[in-house]
Amino acid sequence: MTDRKATGTAGAVIVADGLTRRFGDFTAVEDVSFAVQAGEIFGFLGPNGAGKTTAIRMLTGLLPPTSGFAHVAGYDVARESRALRRSIGYMSQLFSLYSDLTVRENLELFAGLYDLSANQREDRIRWALATAGLEGRDDQLTATLPLGLKQRLALGSAVLHEPPVLFLDEPTSGVDPVARRAFWDLVADMTARGTTVLVTTHYMEEAEHCHRLALMNRGRIVALDSPGALRASLDSPILEVRSRDPTRAAALISGLEPIEDATMVGRAVHVVTRDEAAARARIIDTLAGAGIGLLSLERVRPTLEDVFVAVVRASGGVVAG
Amino acid sequence: MTFHRTLAVARKEVLQLSRDPRSLALGFLIPPLLIVFFGAAITFDVDDIGLAVWDADRSQASSRLVQAFVASDYFRVVERLDRYPDVEHVLQSGEALAVLAIPHGFARDLGTGGPAPVQLLVDGSDANTATIAIEYAGAITSAFSLRATLQGRELRPSLVPASRVWYNPSLESRNMVVPGLVAVILSILAALLTALTIAREWERGTMEQLVSTPVTRLEIVTGKLLPYLAIGVFDVLLAVAIGTLVFDVPFRGSLALLVAMTVVFLFAALGFGMFLSAALKSQVLATQFAMVATYVPALLLSGFIFAIANMPRPLQIATYLFPARYYVTITKAVFLKGVGFEVLWRQGLPLVALAALAIGATVAAFRKEVA
Repeated sequence: MTDRKATGTAGAVIVADGLTRRFGDFTAVEDVSFAVQAGEIFGFLGPNGAGKTTAIRMLTGLLPPTSGFAHVAGYDVARESRALRRSIGYMSQLFSLYSDLTVRENLELFAGLYDLSANQREDRIRWALATAGLEGRDDQLTATLPLGLKQRLALGSAVLHEPPVLFLDEPTSGVDPVARRAFWDLVADMTARGTTVLVTTHYMEEAEHCHRLALMNRGRIVALDSPGALRASLDSPILEVRSRDPTRAAALISGLEPIEDATMVGRAVHVVTRDEAAARARIIDTLAGAGIGLLSLERVRPTLEDVFVAVVRASGGVVAG
Repeated sequence: MTFHRTLAVARKEVLQLSRDPRSLALGFLIPPLLIVFFGAAITFDVDDIGLAVWDADRSQASSRLVQAFVASDYFRVVERLDRYPDVEHVLQSGEALAVLAIPHGFARDLGTGGPAPVQLLVDGSDANTATIAIEYAGAITSAFSLRATLQGRELRPSLVPASRVWYNPSLESRNMVVPGLVAVILSILAALLTALTIAREWERGTMEQLVSTPVTRLEIVTGKLLPYLAIGVFDVLLAVAIGTLVFDVPFRGSLALLVAMTVVFLFAALGFGMFLSAALKSQVLATQFAMVATYVPALLLSGFIFAIANMPRPLQIATYLFPARYYVTITKAVFLKGVGFEVLWRQGLPLVALAALAIGATVAAFRKEVA
C-alpha cells in the first residue's frame, strides 16, 4: 500500500503510545510505548506470559487496546483495523494454515483473501513456493510437511500481498536450528527490501537477529536497546560454572557472599558478581565441600538472558509473568 | 463484501469437505439412508389388527359377524377362546389387540329384532391404534346390524354424505410421511453440518490467521454457507427422486419452486448451526446443542407428526420460531397439493426473516477479536 498516512513519530512505521490491555483484573500489557523505523527488525523478548502475544494482537488489530493507542503503517489499530489488515502480514504463534489443504491450495486461499489480481496471483504464488523452498511440492498436503517448511510456507502466505509491515509471533518455536537459520535468512532478505518486522520470541538466540529489542516482563517493557548495547549495559562480570550437578550447584552458589545472582542457563550456572576473585574462590571451595565435580569456571560474555535477569532484578521485579 | 474473497472461503471449505469423510457421510449418505429407512418404517396406517374371538353362541349369525370383521381386511383372527376368563390373558400377553365377545343367545336376540349385545375389548395402551380399531369395529357392526334389520329389503336414506379425500385420496400415511421427512431430516442435518465449521477453525487455530487478512465476517459466514447450501439442495433433489421412484409418492408441484424455497429454508437452518458454532466456539458443544435444538422441534413442533392446530396455544406460538414448521408445510404442499408461490409465499416470508436473523446473529456472535 502506497498511501501511508503521516504518523506522529517522523519516519516510524510502528508507533505505540501507552498501549495497555486488561482482561478483567489482570493487566496483560501495561503502558507500552515504542517506535519502529522502516526496514527495522524489532523484537519483543520475554518469558511466556510477559504480554508479547497480547501486544502483537493489539498491533495487528485483532484485539482492541483497553487504553493507549498504536499506529501501524499509518493506520490507527483500534479504529482502522480493516484498512490496516491490507498493509500487514501476520504469522501467528501456532501453525495456522490449513493442514488438510495442499501447499498450493493454502497459497491460493490467501491470495484470494488478500484480493490479488489474477496475474499477480500466479507470480506471487510462484515466488512464495520458491522462497519457502517448496517448488515441486505444490500438491503435497500441508499436514505432511516438516515443521520448518510449514513455518516458511506460513511466512510465504503472510507476505503474498507484499505488506510493508510483518508481524511474527514466536515464528520458530520448535523448529530445528538449521531450519531456524533458513527462516531468519528469509526475514533478513525482506527487511533488506524495506519491510519492517516486529517479532516476539523467548529464544535469546533468535533475539540476536533483531536490530533492537524490547525486553518484556509482566506486561511492561523493562529495557529497550540493540542487543549489543543491552549486553554492554551489564557492568558486573559473568562467571559461567559448569559442573556435574548444575541444579544443586546453582542452589548452593546463589546463597554465597559476594555473589549477587546465580541462574541456570542451559546446563551451566551463570553467576553475577562484583568481586570476581573472591567469588571464584568461594565457588571452588563450596562445590568441593559438597562433592560436586567442577568441570569449568570461566568468565563469559553476558548473554541476553543475563541482561534480562539483571534488568528485572534491578527494577525490583520477579522474572516471569 | 467482495465476491472474490467470499469465493476464496467457499472454495477452501469445499476442498476441506472433500477430504473429510465424516462430513461427506453426513451430507451425502445419511439423508437418503434416513429417507429410505423411515419412509419404509413410519406408517400411521392401522390394519391387520390381531383379534381374538370368544363365541359362546356358536350360531350361524355369530360366525357371520366374525366373518364380517375378517372380510373388512382390518382385522385378523389370531385366536379362538373357549372360556371367557382367557380374555384377560390374550390382551395381557399382547397376542391380540382386541377381543370380540359374542354371548350366548346372540342369534336368538338378533332374530327377535334385538338388541343383541356383543362386547369389544380393546388394548388401550396404544391409544391411537385403539381408537382406530374401535372406529373400524363400530363401522363393521353398524353395517352388520343394518343388514340384519333390513333383511333384504331396500332402504332409501334421506341423507347421504358424499366424502372425497383430496390430495391423498387413498389416505396413505406414506404420502404425508415422505415429504415431511425430507423437511425434518434436512432441518437436523443442516444445523449439524454447519455447527462444526467456525468452532473447528477456532479450535485448530486457523481462525487467527484467517481474521488477520482483509476478509470480513460476513464474507467468512457466506463463504462457509455456500457449499452446504449446495449439499442441501442436492439432498432435496435426491429425496424427491427416492420419494417418487421408491415410495410412489406423488409430486404434483414445481421442482423449481421447491428448490427456491429450499434455498431460503437452508439459509435459515444452516445459519442457525453456524450461529451456534460462532457463539459457542466449541465443536462438541455446538454439535450437541444443534442436535437438541433441532431434533425435537423438527420432529414434534413442525406439524410433521402432530397437527399444529391441535397443540396447546403456547406451543403453537413456539412453532413459529422453527424453520422446520414452514418447510414441512412447503414440502407437503408442493408434493401433494401441487400449489405454487401464490400460496407458499406465506411460508417463504417468515423463512426469509429467520434466515436474515440467523445470519445476522452469526455475524454478531462471531467476534473477530482473539482473546
